[in-house]
Amino acid sequence: MSTTESTASGIGPVEGASVYTVDNPAPLIEAPRRRTKKTPKTTRGNFEMVAWLFMRLSGVVLVVLVIGHLLIQLVLDGGVSKIGFAFVAGRWASPFWQVWDLLMLWLAMLHGANGLRTVINDYAERANTRLWLKGLLYTATVFTILLGTLVIFTFDPNIR
Amino acid sequence: MPAGTLYRGREGMWSWVAHRVTGVLIFFFLFVHVLDTALVRVSPEAYDKVVATYKSPIVALLEYGLVAAILFHALNGLRVIAVDFWVKGARYQKQMLWTVVALWVVLMLGAIYPVLGHAARELFGS
Repeated sequence: MSTTESTASGIGPVEGASVYTVDNPAPLIEAPRRRTKKTPKTTRGNFEMVAWLFMRLSGVVLVVLVIGHLLIQLVLDGGVSKIGFAFVAGRWASPFWQVWDLLMLWLAMLHGANGLRTVINDYAERANTRLWLKGLLYTATVFTILLGTLVIFTFDPNIR
Repeated sequence: MPAGTLYRGREGMWSWVAHRVTGVLIFFFLFVHVLDTALVRVSPEAYDKVVATYKSPIVALLEYGLVAAILFHALNGLRVIAVDFWVKGARYQKQMLWTVVALWVVLMLGAIYPVLGHAARELFGS
């Protein structure tokens, strides 16, 4: 069988010269599932991955912030019996503890809200139930974060 | 109720269940805690009045329960991070859980006096 046949087919001899040359290239077969200009853009972002990562990062920070908070509020200096308006005023006089509490508030609320979002997604089977429970969750979360932030920033030790 | 709610039992599943339950409890406490602290913006009297109820022996017991939930969630959370990011994490997840439980027991024993001491003094006198 000669490669110079006028009706060159793709099937050449097992050994020997290829039927294709620079002037007669082999047809290109596109790789399966390759992204091309015709492939539709994905409609999903990385939200779930970012949320997963946030749970781990905020978790590590919260371990330090919350256990420090528990030590100060419940263990040192007579535990819970010392807490009162004067004690709060003394601590929030320092920007260090203001930042500590603000960071703890934001991270704990977002960490908890995302946790409860996962729980709702797992157990609420009807789409409508999920919608309402998450609406309630997000409303309560935004309200609580804003209220707590406002209280830390506008605290007035001489309110009376 | 979906059928077959028991997944595999044993350490992996039960630590996951406990992590969920403690997480939800802590989150609900957090709402209440931000609200009660917000009373410092109302008046010192309003805040001190509510905090006074936190010093009663029954609430001291609830505080001990809160500490128990937070310590478990914190320690087991670090274990979850180790399972996810440490190459041998999944292989040692059981050993890590029992380490978490042992640490938790030690810390809870240590918390008895600081958290429940004032309640005991109030109940039985000092």
